[in-house]
Amino acid sequence: MTSLSLDAEQLYSELRAGVGRLLAPDTVLVGIWSGGAWLAQRLNADLKTNRPVGTISSTLHRDDFGERGLGGVEASTELPFEIDGARILLIDDVLASGRTIRAVVNELFDYGRPASVELAVMVDRGGRELPIAPVFAAAKLTLPNHQRLSLAREPDGRFTFAVKETT
Amino acid sequence: MLARRNPQLNAHGELIHLLSIEGLPRAILTQILDTAGTFLSVNDRDVKKVPLLRGKSVFNLFFENSTRTRTTFEIAAKRLSADVINLDIAKSSASKGESLLDTIANLSAMHADMFVVRHSESGAPYLIARHCAPHVHVVNAGDGRHAHPTQGLLDMYTIRHYKKAFNELTVAIVGDIVHSRVARSDIHALTTLGVPEIRAVGPKTLVPGDLREMGVRVCHDMREGVKDADVIIMLRLQNERMSGAMLPSAGEYFKSFGLTEELLALARPDAIVLHPGPINRGVEIDSRVADGSHSVILPQVTFGIAVRMAVMSILAGNDA
Repeated sequence: MTSLSLDAEQLYSELRAGVGRLLAPDTVLVGIWSGGAWLAQRLNADLKTNRPVGTISSTLHRDDFGERGLGGVEASTELPFEIDGARILLIDDVLASGRTIRAVVNELFDYGRPASVELAVMVDRGGRELPIAPVFAAAKLTLPNHQRLSLAREPDGRFTFAVKETT
Repeated sequence: MLARRNPQLNAHGELIHLLSIEGLPRAILTQILDTAGTFLSVNDRDVKKVPLLRGKSVFNLFFENSTRTRTTFEIAAKRLSADVINLDIAKSSASKGESLLDTIANLSAMHADMFVVRHSESGAPYLIARHCAPHVHVVNAGDGRHAHPTQGLLDMYTIRHYKKAFNELTVAIVGDIVHSRVARSDIHALTTLGVPEIRAVGPKTLVPGDLREMGVRVCHDMREGVKDADVIIMLRLQNERMSGAMLPSAGEYFKSFGLTEELLALARPDAIVLHPGPINRGVEIDSRVADGSHSVILPQVTFGIAVRMAVMSILAGNDA
């Protein structure tokens, strides 16, 4: 484990403020499964958008399918609105290589042709491997490759961050 | 440690071939059904295709004709972006005298990644799985009287879709159980998934008493067989059975074991009726039942594609 401590609730407040400034009257929020989906749902309620919120999964477009297989498939995409012409703000908890975002953008285009797609994240941990950049990140930090940062949702709905060592 | 590992699983217990439902743990059956649920939603998209098998070649090897099963595998593979090659072996190599293993060696040299095999001999897909290259996956699309695992899985998907859980169900399988690979796969799957009562229903010539060894209740009376059933799986009566000594005639069979509205009324009010197709109207099932509100025969076809997508993508993601 590490001494790194991130106050997920504090970061959520900053994300909420940042996303609030980015919202146009017709923006729809789409959360990336699973952490991003929790964030998008809570943001959508807290910001009172009065629009449906979407959930999107990278599973079917991942580029590491050959190595990882399908894994858990509880993730599924639900986009309860027209994608053609939509102004979409993707929400995720942690941005690293950018490969999930690439997969998710492909998934999105399987449903139609959005007018625009932007990305807001809670933590940008660096290590990008693709030309992808968020329009808003509540925090930027550098983590070594062997550490994995993941958002958890407590039973009462509060968010926490866990740092795990990976092999 | 077992002396011989199940040839369908790798050292990590992951599925690398689908040859039979027998011997597969419940967790793998559930994984396939859950994955199929994800793929069902692909039908709702503008682009009804996902790239999981992009760049892979799926060879459909049908040593026995079955346009319908072959087509559903072909659609499933294409929706996963695989290249699909259909080989009607019944009409080509085998008739020229080439051995099964020589055929497989030749097709492997064409860089196949997956073989979908239908064969009239029980066990042929096992032989192929044993002799193909380590990266190649084999799916049994029906072998002899032995197994038809994807049909069994799509029946399970259909049952779970309508009944939600397996642990309180009574399932009646009606017809030519002894010659049916579908029945065998269904019985193994239902048992593994925890169905408490499985009935095998039909005449003594087609439902022998030793089926009890598979843990099923044998019924030679149709009324007793369908009474209070939650699920009725009707099997196709093969025409060739009619000409032999097994059965008097199609009309006689229908009188005793054809599913009519009157018999269906003995089952639970929310019972569902399945059939692997193609149906023989007026032989094993009355048209009013086949087309009625309890019938889920057409949803089975739709679910079958999602289940085959699930099987192929799970196999492709696991290494030997």
